[in-house]
Amino acid sequence: MTNLNVVVCAGIVPDPLQTLDPVQTGEKPGLRNEMMLPHVLDPWAGHALYEAAELVKETGGKLYVVSIGPKAKLQQVMMTIAQKVPFQLIAADAAAGGFSDSKQIAVQLAELVKQIDGLDLSNTLLFGGWESASRGAGTTLQMVGEILGVTDQFQGVDKISLNDDGSFKVLERIEGGKHLHSSCSGAPAVLGWATGYLPEPPNNPQIGMTNMRTIMPALQQAKPADLENPELTFTAVELPKQKRDTKIVKDISADEIAQEIIDWIKSK
Amino acid sequence: MSNNERQSMKVDIVCVGFGPATAGFLSEISKNLTYDDGSVKLSSRAMPGMPLQIICYERSDDIGFGVSGVVSKAHSIRQSYPDLNGSEIPLTIDVKKEKLVYLLDPHGASSRSAGLKITDKILKLGKWLPWYKKEALELPVIPSFLQKHDGLIFSMGQFSQWAASRILGSGMVQLWPGMPVDKALFFENKMIGVQMVDQGTDKKGEPADGYMPGMQIEADLTVLGDGPVGNISRQLDEKFGLPDDHQQKDWAVGMKMVIELPAHTNLKAGTVFHTFGYPEPEIFGFLYVHPENIVSVGIFVPSWYENPVRTAYRYLQQYIKHPYFRDDIKGGKLKSWGAKSIQESGKRGEPHLAGNGWARIGEGSASTNILTNSGVDEAWETGVLLAQAVEKLAAANQPFTQENLEKTYVNMRRKSHIEEEAEQARHSRDGFHRGFIRGLIGMGLTGLSKGKLNVKTEPKSTHQILKQPEDYFKGRISKERIAELKQQAFSKGLALNDLLMQELGWPEIEYDGQLFMSHQDALLVGGKVQAPNGYRDHVVFLHPHLCKECDNKICIEMCSGQAITPGEDGVPNFDNDRCIHCGACMWNCVKPVESKVDKINIDFQAGAGGLHSAEN
Repeated sequence: MTNLNVVVCAGIVPDPLQTLDPVQTGEKPGLRNEMMLPHVLDPWAGHALYEAAELVKETGGKLYVVSIGPKAKLQQVMMTIAQKVPFQLIAADAAAGGFSDSKQIAVQLAELVKQIDGLDLSNTLLFGGWESASRGAGTTLQMVGEILGVTDQFQGVDKISLNDDGSFKVLERIEGGKHLHSSCSGAPAVLGWATGYLPEPPNNPQIGMTNMRTIMPALQQAKPADLENPELTFTAVELPKQKRDTKIVKDISADEIAQEIIDWIKSK
Repeated sequence: MSNNERQSMKVDIVCVGFGPATAGFLSEISKNLTYDDGSVKLSSRAMPGMPLQIICYERSDDIGFGVSGVVSKAHSIRQSYPDLNGSEIPLTIDVKKEKLVYLLDPHGASSRSAGLKITDKILKLGKWLPWYKKEALELPVIPSFLQKHDGLIFSMGQFSQWAASRILGSGMVQLWPGMPVDKALFFENKMIGVQMVDQGTDKKGEPADGYMPGMQIEADLTVLGDGPVGNISRQLDEKFGLPDDHQQKDWAVGMKMVIELPAHTNLKAGTVFHTFGYPEPEIFGFLYVHPENIVSVGIFVPSWYENPVRTAYRYLQQYIKHPYFRDDIKGGKLKSWGAKSIQESGKRGEPHLAGNGWARIGEGSASTNILTNSGVDEAWETGVLLAQAVEKLAAANQPFTQENLEKTYVNMRRKSHIEEEAEQARHSRDGFHRGFIRGLIGMGLTGLSKGKLNVKTEPKSTHQILKQPEDYFKGRISKERIAELKQQAFSKGLALNDLLMQELGWPEIEYDGQLFMSHQDALLVGGKVQAPNGYRDHVVFLHPHLCKECDNKICIEMCSGQAITPGEDGVPNFDNDRCIHCGACMWNCVKPVESKVDKINIDFQAGAGGLHSAEN
């Protein structure tokens, strides 16, 4: 299929390598000193972006990145990704810190997608992260698709294979480390990506130079987006955590260590 | 085009490294590339019809990952941004109070001379004096050359983010972090640009999966703002040498922690402490109180220090446990941590500032004032001066030749206050090569006489100064015991310093997991230290046989991230996932291989990764 476009809905998040600390900011939860922390493209959205770049290389279509966040942070994130793959940015300026209502974000993202000049949605795949590295209910992308009337949706995607007639096959993650194999007759469709199989592309100064000529004007023109939802109340928030439980032992056998790990896993 | 072909790209100006100097350069020049109506003021040769095409490459993964304990008068920064409001930049506050404090040794474990021990005893007799507090003497007067009143306390990371945001917001300049620059490119004697580091290689630099040769960026002018350990600057020094009689022998590693203070602290935001005397007499320290109960606290371990215990981390832990600070910090939480090398040769270490197609700014151009211990504002100003020179030359359609850059940029620097103050400071550190007391006297004389009176001496390199543990600790630890400790350290794959300090009576650090933790755990705080895959190792031991012969291996002792560890065959191991790119290994090798520019047996190249904190 030729000229198939891909729109990647890409969130930005505080660098997950930082110590993230939830705090109450006014009436809603937030992250301590979030604006001080360096931000990155949400790693899940990153996988979607790199897969999308490979796909449009194949189809000759165009790659769009749609993102909502504080302008200064979007600018910072663009410095780290714009050398990797060519894309056009469509951005909205919002204080998207802390924990936002995924529906409000989905509404705004869908609006941005609708505003893309000349985009034929029937010839477009909508990509994004299946989950978020630091926050997110895992529902935003699904709602963006619903608002735009795109009902073919796949989540936890690791691979897409295009056929000449525009149909495609998708591998979706399911339990037990296996994949669900699905076929779809063609665009439009929503694909929420897991990790995929592609490595992060190297930095290419030529791509960066070209991208920045359109990214900076896009950021300068970014309109404010209202993400407030006065009806929403948060009862609790939690960040994804990597828990480390270190124990120093001497003189015990590999079998005993293995048994202890099995017991620990069973207890969880 | 295959990924294996080296590509090239043409711009007008390429900048190497983004620190305060490059920020000053880009801030100034980005204001003057076009007229108010958007028409081109300074035309591009690389892209006719467009304004000058300027691009900057920074090695670290983000422009906010720099390290410095910053208290600055910020004169030049304020000239660039007259509307500068400190409250716009997180962790920034006006200096409200300054203290200069001599810290005594409460444990008797430091290596103090007999004279200093007597001085300490006399000071302790004056416990009733109002200036004596908690094993420390607050000096009633701070010499004017050390004062920072009307200045700002800020975080290098947050300031860099703020400056970069303004620069990028102009839309006139491109700034790319995560892009180490590998080589200076020359055609005959003219620098024609730079080559980026190859990506997709194994640790030895051989092509591997996803190999992409580093692109060549051709430019009429290369601006070197790559700091004191920048590899492009060093390549130029190797090619052109240093000016006659100039030498870069004085260094220090500055290590800092950013700590969230406990609620009960008495430390007030805007207070600046300068300290000396502890943990070792030669180790100077600082503590700056930011807003919101945050402090930056750090120490400087100098190259002129004969002591083979060169662990900045353990000494910094001892420092924050000193009774003078202890109660105000106890119960605090480590938020971030980092280290960097500082070039402390000042004017006498100044390299060539400009050549055909290149100019050097910032700390790597010897802008740091070694008397006043200030470098950020000075670095910024050198960037501004170069920008003004470039504007003049570009407007007159003059090429960036050595002659033209010397007539403009170098000439402007020579007439600047940076030059005047650097000249005054030229010999301010000399005395420390003759001992701590003489060093202090020399610094005081230089400062108070504005450089007319000095304690002069010829500085020496680390390998000429450093003593073997057996010699330095003679009378305190026996040779046999040192041999045992060396064996213990080797068998555990660790540096010797912790064991030596324990033997000398330094109290053990009890880890609480909040403020006090192992060196390796600190690498995980405030943004984990890490290196991306696909790059070669950037620390290379040039001649393994020299490492095998070396029984000192101070590179291991001094390594700020414990990235260099003992190796089985006598050649140290290097783990780039722990390296914070402080460059201390570059001046702590005791095996010189070439005398011309004090080249030693470690090649410290440009590499990716490192610290991931924007709070330092």
